[in-house]
Amino acid sequence: MSTASKQSGRDDGALIAAIRAGSQNAMAELYDRYSSIVYAVAMRVLGDTAAAEDVLQDIFMHLWRNPGTFDASRGSLPPWLAVVARNRAVDALRKRRPQSDIEDVTLSVEPDMAAEADRSRVAEKIRSALKDMPVGQRSALEMAYFEGYSHAEIAKKTGEPLGTIKTRIRAALMLLRKAVEAT
Amino acid sequence: MTVHEQFGDDLALYALGALSGEEKISLEKHLQDCPSCRRELEQLRGDAALLALSTSGPRPPARAKSRFMDALAREPRTEPSRSGFNWWAIMGWATAAVMLVFVVGVARHNRRLSSTVAELSGIVERERLAGDQARRIGDVLHAADAMPYEILPVSVKTKLPAGKLIYSRERSGLVFVASNLQPVPAQKAYELWLIPNKGAPIPAGVFRPDSRGMAMVMNPALPAGVEAKAFAITIEPEQGSSAPTSEIIMKDAGS
Repeated sequence: MSTASKQSGRDDGALIAAIRAGSQNAMAELYDRYSSIVYAVAMRVLGDTAAAEDVLQDIFMHLWRNPGTFDASRGSLPPWLAVVARNRAVDALRKRRPQSDIEDVTLSVEPDMAAEADRSRVAEKIRSALKDMPVGQRSALEMAYFEGYSHAEIAKKTGEPLGTIKTRIRAALMLLRKAVEAT
Repeated sequence: MTVHEQFGDDLALYALGALSGEEKISLEKHLQDCPSCRRELEQLRGDAALLALSTSGPRPPARAKSRFMDALAREPRTEPSRSGFNWWAIMGWATAAVMLVFVVGVARHNRRLSSTVAELSGIVERERLAGDQARRIGDVLHAADAMPYEILPVSVKTKLPAGKLIYSRERSGLVFVASNLQPVPAQKAYELWLIPNKGAPIPAGVFRPDSRGMAMVMNPALPAGVEAKAFAITIEPEQGSSAPTSEIIMKDAGS
């Protein structure tokens, strides 16, 4: 159980159930628990506090209006929120209409990341793996994920062949997976 | 797990939303028919999620929380949301759906038989009464203070998986709700079967329980007029099977 869960005595599932029943207190508690994750991702992508706050507001209001959006059978809440934040922030960055529905986010993440300690440990492993990654590999991965470029755009920007970009991005993701599996 | 190697790189790009053009179209077509690549895609998305989770930075400013709380206050919600999977809401909808089928059925049937004003008046009155009844049931189930109680023999100490099913052969309609179901393994799902008096079992819906073990199947596609001998549940691949491939794990008590 996460620190936040211990403070309130309610896990994420109980909070979502209370939100479905219309509890504003539960919604505020969920916001306190995970707004920092959403905001950090939005800031990483957008680099602008006002725009990041808009993404934060947008995501939590969507969850309030549509608590059924999050389906616990499709992954735990923290990584789901992180991915939704990334998607919304990239859409804002590229000034485009949302490319995917929030409901479409399906993940397979182990461990489930509900515990803050798990998240901190894994995040440290990921940061370390990124640091050790060849520059070109890391750059391709970050351009795709945090800047929302397609592989063709990355190839054009870097002057590298398309095939090289593809291979680098896949290899980078595999390195992240290995780093986490090693925990 | 076998991932088709020719799609390996594209899967990674797709997971990041970085695949475009013909390659994206081709991969999406392949994903429709390839469970192992779909599973790998979920894992790759999970890997990418870890990348998102690894970001760190300042906490959101206090003004963001104030803004959020103000917006919440402007949008109070006193009724349970219907967008989520709420057992009692579903029971309400299921009951309402059954009543609706009944009402529509009565209306259609009687319209065929009657043409006089007096008979039509009777139909309208029956529809009104049935509608009132459905509304009253819905009102109770959706009430803010509605609480679920499971009434069991005092000797029962643990809650067992259970399902309730309503089937109408005449309407080719079926409503099934289940509780206390065990989770199913990845790439697997429960499948409900209508076992007819004659012939092979007929698929009657694939479902996975939610985090509380609850699930529902409503009006799956069924052939018309099939007389049911029994209903049963097996565990099948997540996309469902055309015939049972594993042993029956639940069946109706009368069979």
